[in-house]
Amino acid sequence: MDLNPAPESPDRDLTPAVGAETDVARLGHSTPPPPHEQTADEDADIADWDRVAAMSEFRSLLRAKAAFIVPAVLFFVIYYFALPVLVGWFPELMDKRVGPVNVAYLFALSQFFMAWVLAYVYLRKAARFDGQAADVIAKLDASKKGRSK
Amino acid sequence: MIPLLAAAAEPAALPAGFHFTPALGMFLAFVVVTLAITYWSARKSTGASNFFAAGRGITGWQNGLAVAGDYMSAASFLGIAGMIAFKGYDGFMYSVGWLVAYLTVLLVVAEPLRNAGKYTMADVLAYRLSPRPVRAMASLSTLTVSTFYMIAQMVGAGALVKLLLPGVSYEAAVTGVGVLMIVYVVFGGMLATTWVQIIKAVLLMSGSLFLSVLVLNHFDFSLAKFFEAIGNVPVAGPDGTIVHRDFLRPGLKFGAAVTNGWGPLDQVSLGLALVFGTAGLPHVLVRFYTVPDAKTARVSVVWAMAIIGSFYIMTTFLGFGAATILTPANISVENMSAPLLAKALGGETFFAFISAVAFATILAVVAGLTISASTSFAHDFYTNVLHHGRERAPGEEVRIARIASFVVGAVAILLAIKLQTINVAFLVGLAFAVAASANLPVIVLSLFWKRFNTSGAVWGLGAGLLGSIVLIILSPSVMGVDPAGTPADKMHLIQSPALFPLTNPGIVSIPLGFLAACLGTMLSNDRTSETKFAELTVRANTGLGSEKATAH
Repeated sequence: MDLNPAPESPDRDLTPAVGAETDVARLGHSTPPPPHEQTADEDADIADWDRVAAMSEFRSLLRAKAAFIVPAVLFFVIYYFALPVLVGWFPELMDKRVGPVNVAYLFALSQFFMAWVLAYVYLRKAARFDGQAADVIAKLDASKKGRSK
Repeated sequence: MIPLLAAAAEPAALPAGFHFTPALGMFLAFVVVTLAITYWSARKSTGASNFFAAGRGITGWQNGLAVAGDYMSAASFLGIAGMIAFKGYDGFMYSVGWLVAYLTVLLVVAEPLRNAGKYTMADVLAYRLSPRPVRAMASLSTLTVSTFYMIAQMVGAGALVKLLLPGVSYEAAVTGVGVLMIVYVVFGGMLATTWVQIIKAVLLMSGSLFLSVLVLNHFDFSLAKFFEAIGNVPVAGPDGTIVHRDFLRPGLKFGAAVTNGWGPLDQVSLGLALVFGTAGLPHVLVRFYTVPDAKTARVSVVWAMAIIGSFYIMTTFLGFGAATILTPANISVENMSAPLLAKALGGETFFAFISAVAFATILAVVAGLTISASTSFAHDFYTNVLHHGRERAPGEEVRIARIASFVVGAVAILLAIKLQTINVAFLVGLAFAVAASANLPVIVLSLFWKRFNTSGAVWGLGAGLLGSIVLIILSPSVMGVDPAGTPADKMHLIQSPALFPLTNPGIVSIPLGFLAACLGTMLSNDRTSETKFAELTVRANTGLGSEKATAH
């Protein structure tokens, strides 16, 4: 077993193709440095965006998000606007008594619980989206390390 | 003016005309605490990300409280309680819209904004589009929304102080509120603003909760009794006699019968402005830059929804409580319903507490508006439009923002004093209409439509802004003929019949904003924005390369 593998011969120029003059960050900055003081890492793009956008993991993250968010938005918009429409054009119907209150008040009150429940469901769903996004980043990091070896 | 209040003022121990009331004492306590926080924040607020975004170190629940404190203005605390007290159910309809609006923020805007932006909403637009024209327009729209909203709040603050603290003049009240907000923002930056908003949210929630319990206590904790009373509220009939009205019946404000038939459509239009405008309000959007990442931004919206929703459900007790226990005939000014109810049920000390809560409410909102306006001026207009995105000297952007806060505050004080006798209630509606018609369409299209380009953004922002302003000017909020003898602060600004029938322009101006953005895009051959769509999509959805929290 070869304990000291010879460094792979670079098949491309490893010098970052950036305008920065240095790899060494200056001390004493809490804000991002101006362009002429940026290091090569700061100047280089952090990712090949088009490649990430084309990754199957990323496409499926977008699909999963759309599959939840689009119906969720349609649902709450319809549910909410049903209230002013019914109250405005069918006031008699909405004034029907239900116990001590009427339909109009109950429907208005239900909007609060609708909003809370939908927010909670989204919070649960979004945890899964976070996992998918982390997978995309992990895969990207792995391929980056592979390249810079 | 109000016999109840005049009697409340304690004998003058201070110079003539000045009464030291418990309300003043509690207000001063709030001022002292918030100034101490500002002093503490001032030592941390160095550097741009600390000043503009509190170092992105605010936690989820803290930001949730701060969003609630930033959002629940005097219009919602005093205004909605008053509207329910006078118009019953239709006032409660406002409460519903102000919460449901947060679903748009949660599902569509908050996370992409946090992932892809830095300090302002224009950051997200500038990614793909030509930065200078887009930032200039976005900054104009932000400053318009913020100043309109701020003037409405300041005029409200002045009027309120006159009622709550006899002896303090309108000018003194407006100047006091203005100077405090300038001090919070100029010295304490976003960190001080955040904590002022958090304290206000806690005060508002505890005050409302206690008042709600007192209302329920009045009805022996029987909801049946409470709602029975709501069904029989005595109001002055058309001929002056007392008639009993069912306040749960919809239509006292927006009913077709009381609004020449336009009421129902107006109510839908109001709903549109609320549900789509909240996600375009600059002072709400900047709050999501104060948290470490998109996940925290999401959690903070849910916290905010829990707090805001609980508050608006409590407006049932505040508003209907005032209607049933005080009855509209005994409330001199609509906006005083909640404080007067507190006085009737909880006595002098509780009245003082609720009054102090009202001040805190106004201060927290105007501080939020000031910082979002000055951030947009410094970051979007000064640095990126005038100086092509370069700081000429370290810390210049923050210095400009501090100067801008000072100027914004001074202008707001002057305008609020000048507009003292003018009915400015329509300005809040205008702020929401501009946010919904100009800001939201371009944010959404920029995030989700690949073809969207610079020309579309400029058209969308311009048409949404101009359309909302013109329609409001032509609406019954500004135009109308008043009978002789109407007091100046209730009069319409233009004495002529309204040309546009709705008080809320959203139903026309929001489609107009979207249409103009689409047309502007299609009519331009500019396709450069498409090349960076992949980058924006990846950043917005994964948080890759997003702004990190700075260590404190």
